[in-house]
Amino acid sequence: MSKPAVKNHEPLFHVVKRPAIPTWQSLLIRAGAILAALIVAGLVTFFLTGLNPIDVYSTMIDGAIGTEKRIWNLLQGIALLLCVSLAVTPAFKMKFWNIGAEGQALMGGLAAALCMILLSDKLSPALLILVMFITSVVSGAVWALIPAIFKAKWNTNETLFTLMMNYIAIQIVSCFSFKYSVPKGSGSIGIINSISKAGWFPSVFDQKYFLNILIVVILTVLLYVYLKHSKHGYEIAVVGESENTAKYIGINVKKVIIRTMILSGALCGIAGLLMVAGTDHTIATDTVGGRGFTAIMVSWLAKFNPIMMFLTSFLLVFFEKGAIAISSEFDLNNSFSDIITGIIIFFIIGSEFFINYSIKFREKEEKRK
Amino acid sequence: MGAPAIELKNITKTFGQIVANKDVCLTVNKGEILSVLGENGSGKTTLMNMISGIYYPDHGHIYIDGQEVLIRSPKDAFKYKIGMIHQHFKLVDVFSATENIVLGLKDEKNFSLKDSEKKIREITAQYGFELEPSKKIHEMSVSEKQTVEIIKVLYRGADILILDEPTAVLTPQETKKLFAVLRNMRDSGKAIIIITHKLHEVLSLSDRVSVLRKGEYIGTVNTAETNESELTEMMVGKKIELNIERTKVEETPDRLEIRNISCINREGVTLLNNVSFTARAGEILGIAGIAGSGQRELLESIAGLQKLNEGEILYHNPSTGYTENLRDKSPVKIKELGVRLSFVPEDRLGMGLVGNMDIIDNMLLRSYKKGKSAFLNRKNPKDLANKIIEDLEVVTPSAKTPVRRLSGGNVQKVLVGREIAASPTVLMVAYPVRGLDINSSYLIYNLLNKQKESGVAVIFVGEDLDVLIELCDRIMVINSGKITGIVDAETATKEEIGLLMTRNDGGESNE
Repeated sequence: MSKPAVKNHEPLFHVVKRPAIPTWQSLLIRAGAILAALIVAGLVTFFLTGLNPIDVYSTMIDGAIGTEKRIWNLLQGIALLLCVSLAVTPAFKMKFWNIGAEGQALMGGLAAALCMILLSDKLSPALLILVMFITSVVSGAVWALIPAIFKAKWNTNETLFTLMMNYIAIQIVSCFSFKYSVPKGSGSIGIINSISKAGWFPSVFDQKYFLNILIVVILTVLLYVYLKHSKHGYEIAVVGESENTAKYIGINVKKVIIRTMILSGALCGIAGLLMVAGTDHTIATDTVGGRGFTAIMVSWLAKFNPIMMFLTSFLLVFFEKGAIAISSEFDLNNSFSDIITGIIIFFIIGSEFFINYSIKFREKEEKRK
Repeated sequence: MGAPAIELKNITKTFGQIVANKDVCLTVNKGEILSVLGENGSGKTTLMNMISGIYYPDHGHIYIDGQEVLIRSPKDAFKYKIGMIHQHFKLVDVFSATENIVLGLKDEKNFSLKDSEKKIREITAQYGFELEPSKKIHEMSVSEKQTVEIIKVLYRGADILILDEPTAVLTPQETKKLFAVLRNMRDSGKAIIIITHKLHEVLSLSDRVSVLRKGEYIGTVNTAETNESELTEMMVGKKIELNIERTKVEETPDRLEIRNISCINREGVTLLNNVSFTARAGEILGIAGIAGSGQRELLESIAGLQKLNEGEILYHNPSTGYTENLRDKSPVKIKELGVRLSFVPEDRLGMGLVGNMDIIDNMLLRSYKKGKSAFLNRKNPKDLANKIIEDLEVVTPSAKTPVRRLSGGNVQKVLVGREIAASPTVLMVAYPVRGLDINSSYLIYNLLNKQKESGVAVIFVGEDLDVLIELCDRIMVINSGKITGIVDAETATKEEIGLLMTRNDGGESNE
């Protein structure tokens, strides 16, 4: 037998699964998490830099939405991130872990850039944009189709496969960056067609990003309807929930995997098009800028609901822009904005735990009796 | 009967809004077998998991030998000489019995497998187990594996043994042997708790019975002073008739003819070995056998989910008069041929239904492809969902509740309801009452009977031989992928079927 001292020590706390809680309560928990994140980030700011957190936060808000131009930039940032997030969502719903959105978008962007370089003097502007659209969509789709075929036919691990495809895409882009670099040998392409603006998305209402934003809004609604109300969307959900059930009711699982990955890749291709034709007017290895990975988080946090994904991408882009503003305003190191963003994301993700579980502390001795 | 070995007082445990145990009190004496009786979901296993340190109670006290104790982990339980034999065995397949039994023991000086084996032989001799300590687990039958699990806890010196549904996987003969061993252990002063929902076992084995209902403690009675109907009433809360009516259908034409089918999986294991039988319309064909004898593969090959190496599956279509061979055809192809086949698989939430979808979307599974539109029509499935909820008395907040939130019985009603709604000519059901309470079970039996009366060929894979004998017209016994006999249910006995279940068991007889 053991020492008696251990005997009457109830554990300090234990974790208990919560009953399903109403939506307002879960929203409250999430709001509380953001508030807690801001307090902790404020404290960290204060102790690391000695700055007044209130100043820092007002700079943050100002940096994100302080002027009309900044608001448009914010919306543009949301649009690009949201577009990639939309792209990965059908695959994720199918439990196909496509972490190759970075590469798929890059290939889409590369296709658009090559069209701009090679075809600008051969096609009319409208036709050029149409061709760019088609080639981007096809390139992105092909880049996603390759791992999908391997998964469907030989059940290879799609996570590793799509990840490795990213590096191949990066190498291909860097190869073309050398081939078409301006000036020759510099290794970067520079702004394409800066004078003729061939293949550039036109400004609408004097806003150069308007078209990007509009396209993503339309895609969001379409994808929502597709996932929720179409037969294809239903098949995706069934395959994702249980492959056995899918086979049991006669869904051709391989076909659904391939079809859905083509869709996912094609949407990534569109994202690449928006980044090249609608934003940067050039292509480089960092054009997608990690959005292919951030998109995974956007999609998960929104539980694969395209409409909710607008909110999650807003949150991430808002803090990113705000954090950049404080870095430059207070002359802080660039990494500081990453620290702030990291703290905030940590709290948002952590709040999910408290939505599903609660913690029970040891009751006081008198209360037990 | 000795002093109390373990006492539970006012034990409460909740999971979210589900109260698994509420103020449960229980006493087990030394040298006694106590049955804990209750329907599925009544909290039996949760309670035992708290004794064995897997869960920690929210409230309440546990006393061992009159001393209050806290059991926070399986290690603590082990310290208090409590041993639990779970429903699912936790053994290393490539190790021998001895190796599995001593696995994880730390405190033995001069450890040698030989000494351990000797000790194991002493234990088997003392209580009358049949076990060869050097045999590897993967060569063992289910009953031998269970023996290893029991000896494992005895070897560790357990005085309080908990067995969770120990007979669920055993044949009638194996059950008898297990009971004899348990009686020996009782007579040597061990306290034994058996979790079960089978009434006849309770009556033949235990000294006292404690009944739980919906997480609440109902009472304890001496086995000698009670009977089946009293226990049922305690368990269910009201009196119910436990009879299944077997009607005879006049015309029973052949509907499905299975001819010499064989199935070998990728590893080269024979899952089905030259199986032939006929399922007739207006008849319930029971399939009995130890779990994993090929029942699943048999049904799946008929449903078009399992590729066959040999044989034919012939369907005699009553509306066209044609005969179709269904072998190696996909479920969609089978449907296109006009074969109305419904299948309630063993794995309800992993195959028959999608747990995260609501009842309406689960109805859609069978019908979503209808029509040319690219979009879903949820109108008819919604009507069907509401009809099933009403007709089968499904307990659910609404048709929009995810199926995984429903209790086991209600999940099964949704699945069976959907499959019957397709007005099948062949209805295959695998373990349709597993995990269901008594009321729901009888509701399912009635549904199957009605299908039979309306001329459906019903194939029923079951585990409870009493039910198979009462419900079915003929019973086919499957053993290691082979059919060992087809008997008339009206004249068959449990012992006869039990023998067929184990006969020719790869040369390794359990007799």
